[in-house]
Amino acid sequence: MAAIPKKAGLDDNLCPMPALTLLGPQRLKPTLAAAFDELDVTGTVAAVTAGWQEREAEVEEMKEHLGRPVVDLLLHRRGEEVFAEDPVLFRAHRARQDRLRKMQQLYRYRLDFTIQPARELLLREEDPELLAPETEAAIEALRRLDAEHLERIADVYRTFASEQPPERSSALMKQRAEVAEVLAGCDALALAGGHVAVLVNRMRMFGIAALATKLPVVAWSAGAMVLAERIVLFHDSPPQGAGNAEVLDHGLALFRDLLPLPHAERRLRLDDPYRVELFARRFAPALCVPLDPGDRVSRHRGGWRPGAPARRLSPDGRVEDLEAA
Amino acid sequence: MTVSTKETVSAGKASASKAVLAIHRLLGESDLSGERIDRFFAEHTFPVVEDCSVTFVYRGEADAVLLQHFIYGLETSQPFQRVAGSDLWYLVQELPEESHLQYKINVLHGEEQNWILDPRNPHRALDPFGANSVVRTRGAERPAWTRDDPEVRPGEIVERTIDSTVFGEQRLVRIYLPARFRPTRRYPLLVVHDGHDYLRYSSLKTVLDNLIHRLEVAPMIVALTDADERLDEYPNHEPHARFLTDELAPELERELPLRAEPAARGLMGASFGAVAALSCAWRHPGFYGRLLLQSGSFAFTDIGQHRRGPAFDPVVEFVNAFRRDPGRPSEKIFVSCGTYESLIYENRSMVPFLQATGMDVRYVEARDGHNWENWRDRLREGLSWLFPGPLWMVYE
Repeated sequence: MAAIPKKAGLDDNLCPMPALTLLGPQRLKPTLAAAFDELDVTGTVAAVTAGWQEREAEVEEMKEHLGRPVVDLLLHRRGEEVFAEDPVLFRAHRARQDRLRKMQQLYRYRLDFTIQPARELLLREEDPELLAPETEAAIEALRRLDAEHLERIADVYRTFASEQPPERSSALMKQRAEVAEVLAGCDALALAGGHVAVLVNRMRMFGIAALATKLPVVAWSAGAMVLAERIVLFHDSPPQGAGNAEVLDHGLALFRDLLPLPHAERRLRLDDPYRVELFARRFAPALCVPLDPGDRVSRHRGGWRPGAPARRLSPDGRVEDLEAA
Repeated sequence: MTVSTKETVSAGKASASKAVLAIHRLLGESDLSGERIDRFFAEHTFPVVEDCSVTFVYRGEADAVLLQHFIYGLETSQPFQRVAGSDLWYLVQELPEESHLQYKINVLHGEEQNWILDPRNPHRALDPFGANSVVRTRGAERPAWTRDDPEVRPGEIVERTIDSTVFGEQRLVRIYLPARFRPTRRYPLLVVHDGHDYLRYSSLKTVLDNLIHRLEVAPMIVALTDADERLDEYPNHEPHARFLTDELAPELERELPLRAEPAARGLMGASFGAVAALSCAWRHPGFYGRLLLQSGSFAFTDIGQHRRGPAFDPVVEFVNAFRRDPGRPSEKIFVSCGTYESLIYENRSMVPFLQATGMDVRYVEARDGHNWENWRDRLREGLSWLFPGPLWMVYE
């Protein structure tokens, strides 16, 4: 299998965080407090809930559950304030996002055609000796498409960074300084889910990953997704469209070897071995790890340790225990 | 979670061979005593669905037993056969996969007819005329998103009266507000005809709650309207269109956080309600950007008179006028109809007219009849196309 081309540019200077735990969705089965207990965090937790957008500030339930002091970084609101104060940055940001949206549509168009042969070859029952290299080539074409897409996205970010360096915006620098000050008084970071693109954009805007490199982090759902090397959108049975998993963006790359899959039971046909196999092989060598309610995995000695029964999508089409990986 | 291996998937595909029907196995036995028939009833659920064969049964004394169904194209009454020497009656009806059928059993004693619900079938569908028994063949199972889900955050329905100058009276409108409604957010508006019936017979609130919770449909505000006299107000009624467009929508847009733009305004209806939705959009082109039309009563005449009765006169008048000059009433339009409906011809005939307007048209058929469960079961496809939710982007 060919290696996935290393992504260029984004967040490459980040150090691994000292402690990192990824959780399943928290609404019905909250395990956030237990995760912080496990990390021996007793002090103030900084919360990033920008993915909740207009509901960002509604953190009462989280505070009650955690039983620790919680400070909401309010990145969504801060972002809106920066845009209101700095129309040049706002216009540039909007132009960048429009460009990314159009690129996503074009990528999707190619993806529709590229994924089909891989699906069909996986379903065929022919001489494995003949079939295997063809199937691998079809999956490799998918990987290449994903990598090309990410390269183009990286170009867009590089251009944006050179044309709109943060230092140019006093409004942004002021908010960044405030966020840094708040974070300096915190002992851990909680990253909530929500709208994954909004979340990763706000985290990039305020340089959260770099600011929080020394803090223990617990992240769930979209919060976990944005910390990976790549952000992959997925749903096998959407009401519209073919349900092709698609690469959306670079993540903050706090880790490169795991792809978090929140709500996998609901979103993926885990009982369809062909779809599982294609997903796992396409995104290998990253471990494709379902994060359903109650699931928990922690960074441990350069690998991952399941803190509760955790699973992964296996390249042979099964869903197996993560420990077996 | 059930995990399949590739071997079990293949085996499943191979096992779809034709088997002898349960009723025929019973009839092949020498013992057809009352006790044996009792056991047969205990061993099965009814009607018995085996691939594309549905076996209906009735037990009791009668001169004849008929299946009364609502599939256009089949004889409305299908006679049961009596098993000689017993009080068991049965009928095997071929039904394709993905079929949904509503029916009653007609038990005849002499001249007396008695239409009853199937006493052995617990599945029933309510409608404004009462209830029918329901059978679904493989692939037409009731969708999970139509059932109450305790995990789902519920929306809220509030009542509001609109002072209507058009009608010279107050009109009651029920307003659905989605879960986690926030006045700081802007929502699309969907105006539904026969709103009370949609709530009652198509579980519309449950469906909206579920589809919004699943992120498949955008959180939206839904105005559930009802007509005082729907046969007058729905077919081709200028005051009705004026009420919705000049009174209801502006008032809601003043008082609720709505996105006041065509792409965020929709009309929906079934049967005569679909005619009302289309005729309203046609009279106010460009105002409603989204239409969801289910089993529209789009009767028309190319020549001569129609045969659907006087209630359809204004419908035919409108549809004929629409077909002569459709204009471009909306932007996106979702049309659905059951292939077991008499209106399938009219709905199919509308599609090219709608497409010729330049609107984005999606037309969907299902093996179903003119009933509220059909309309309920098509809502996911229609609403998620017209008002897509943030499914791909939100992971909470």
